[in-house]
Amino acid sequence: MATNVYMEALSPTMEEGRVAKWHKRDGDAVKTGETLAEVETDKAVMDLVARADGVLRQVAVAEGQTVPVGSVVAVIAAPGENVSAPSATPPPGPAGKGKRETGNAAVATAPAPVTVTALSAPPTDATRVKASPLARRMAKETGVDLKLVTGSGPGGRVVKKDLERAPTTAPAATFPVSRFPFPDRPGAPYDDVPLTQIRKTIAKRLATSLGPIPHFFLTTEVDMERASEARDALNKQLGDRGKVSFNDIVIKATALALGTHRACNAWFQEDHIRYWNEVHIGMAVAVEDGLITPVIRSADLKSLGEIGREAKDLAEKARYRRLQPNEYTGATFSVSNLGMFDIDQFTAVINPPEAGIIAVGSIVQKPVVLDGQVTARRRVRLTMSCDHRVIDGATGAAFLQTLKQMLENPLAMLL
Amino acid sequence: MATLTYRDALNQALREEMQRDPNVFLMGEEVGVYQGAYKVSRGLLEEFGPQRIVDTPIAELGFAGIGVGAAMAGLRPVIEFMTWNFAVLALDQIVNSAAKILYESGGQVPIPIVFRGPNGAALQLAAQHSQAWESWLAHIPGLKVVAPATPADAKGLLKSAIRDNNPVIVLEGEMLYNIKGEVPEGEHIVPIGRAEVKRPGSDVTLICHSKTVAVSLRAAEQLAEHEGASAEVLDLRSLRPLDEAAILESVARTNRAVVVEEGWPQSGIGAQVVDVIQREAFDQLDAPVLRVTQADVPMPYNKQLERLAKPSAERVVAAARRVLYLD
Repeated sequence: MATNVYMEALSPTMEEGRVAKWHKRDGDAVKTGETLAEVETDKAVMDLVARADGVLRQVAVAEGQTVPVGSVVAVIAAPGENVSAPSATPPPGPAGKGKRETGNAAVATAPAPVTVTALSAPPTDATRVKASPLARRMAKETGVDLKLVTGSGPGGRVVKKDLERAPTTAPAATFPVSRFPFPDRPGAPYDDVPLTQIRKTIAKRLATSLGPIPHFFLTTEVDMERASEARDALNKQLGDRGKVSFNDIVIKATALALGTHRACNAWFQEDHIRYWNEVHIGMAVAVEDGLITPVIRSADLKSLGEIGREAKDLAEKARYRRLQPNEYTGATFSVSNLGMFDIDQFTAVINPPEAGIIAVGSIVQKPVVLDGQVTARRRVRLTMSCDHRVIDGATGAAFLQTLKQMLENPLAMLL
Repeated sequence: MATLTYRDALNQALREEMQRDPNVFLMGEEVGVYQGAYKVSRGLLEEFGPQRIVDTPIAELGFAGIGVGAAMAGLRPVIEFMTWNFAVLALDQIVNSAAKILYESGGQVPIPIVFRGPNGAALQLAAQHSQAWESWLAHIPGLKVVAPATPADAKGLLKSAIRDNNPVIVLEGEMLYNIKGEVPEGEHIVPIGRAEVKRPGSDVTLICHSKTVAVSLRAAEQLAEHEGASAEVLDLRSLRPLDEAAILESVARTNRAVVVEEGWPQSGIGAQVVDVIQREAFDQLDAPVLRVTQADVPMPYNKQLERLAKPSAERVVAAARRVLYLD
């Protein structure tokens, strides 16, 4: 019996996916769990795997084409089985799912539509994930979306080891590094470039932030002289075992300050506020054509060396778009840094449901009056964006004050 | 610690308990002069005399009933069946008398009786004499059922059974009587209702009892050698009451299980174990639990067919491979 290959929801927010590359061609034998195609989701490039053994047939979606989640993109047939063509349109989904826009510029490049014939096999629920009860429990406890995990059990069942397997594989260097989206059309008055998945998500997410969330902003200037000395000393100590950056120090200090200002370490949840007991810091990373915030979990409990190594690793994965969903979800507070672009100060947009974000400017030498003397000191401007539904002015200010004190006296972090 | 055969461990338990308590006596076919069909009662007639080592006619229902009456009168009978296949004739006394009297007398009349004998298949004894009865017996409230796999457990469980104030079924095995093992001397008691890990492991639990313990241990060795998989062998030892805590503890460690038994698949002991696991350890499971049983047919007489019908290490390995998703 033929098994439909659906565009699966490969990230928690994915509504449609772009087939970046087919690994299997029409007529290729495939086995359960094998990668059929690479799919660009709103967040990352993920593998679409076979859910049955057989022969790949009726590949209905070309590379580069975007289709909604739930669409049949191909069929896995038993060898020699004759199957009718699937359509690239979604199967009749559950009622009330709402109409989806399927037409966009990218879809327009799709090949001519194939004949729509009903498949003999009733479409299975593409959102149902096969997972062992244990895997379900583990996923719930760790906040992993099972839809995003490739199952190694029979029929693609997700089992314990799939969740334990840390994504330690080095990022594939084959990912095209420069994919600047503008087509080469000199002389044209303008270029229409279809939104990539990540741009669409950024647009959607940020529009749910600055609009509906009542932001307010607090700025403070922090003396970084002693933090600089501490950093130099630490890096000398670390030698070739890694480097500690100013950003790592800010992340660590922010995490520690949140420990004593729990009111700022919270999620707004419509009818309640969730105050977190753990501190997970989202770290905004610029990637080609967008940004993403990988999460340093329990940053308050980690050493600066650990934070440094983890931040470097996550940033690298982010750039290759190889972050796993559990690596970019679940932050309780975020830090965004544009210091390297010589930005003195800026306001960052809150990443809901978090209630705050710290924007870090560049560290610059300034004349400062100290003990009645004008001296040159390295200074940085921190701006905190607060969700007023969770954090009030004085609450945010008190947190920022603690953060400033920690950065100005890094030894306080040891307390 | 002395190394004894399973039969001598049972003999030691009987002798020690008869020395300890004059109310204990043994009754059954050929237990006296012939010293037991499987020589479990060797030397006992000589030591305790014909009043306490009682040879009976071939009348299972009759001597089982005499045993129940003796227990009602305050003695502690041990009734030996030459095999549990013959004990089917005595089931009315076991099920309707022994198991019910404490209940029906409103707790006034305890029945401290032991029914024991070999259970399950031996070699080429054919369909009528190769049956495993544990699921029949463990089904009955009012009975306790134990099935020791080693000489030490045989001694410890028989002593517990004799001292218990309820009817206890002791399931032995013709193929077990000759196996040897270390047996603690003197007061060695294995409490009824306690399973034991016979081999620790981390990847899959093989749950077994009686003869299937040896089968599972062989399977565990093969799994370690050929698959690099670490199997834990959990010997239930008692089938009623069942040591649910030990089952759940092991499954919580390994997340996978295979239940092995000599009986037929339908309504077997394994079905009960699987029920416990799915109910109490659902969130611990990484794979469905599989069972290895006798084939669902009367035991064939033909040697090759009999071998294929019995649970074997190969079949346990195959089931373990499936729950480990190695296939």
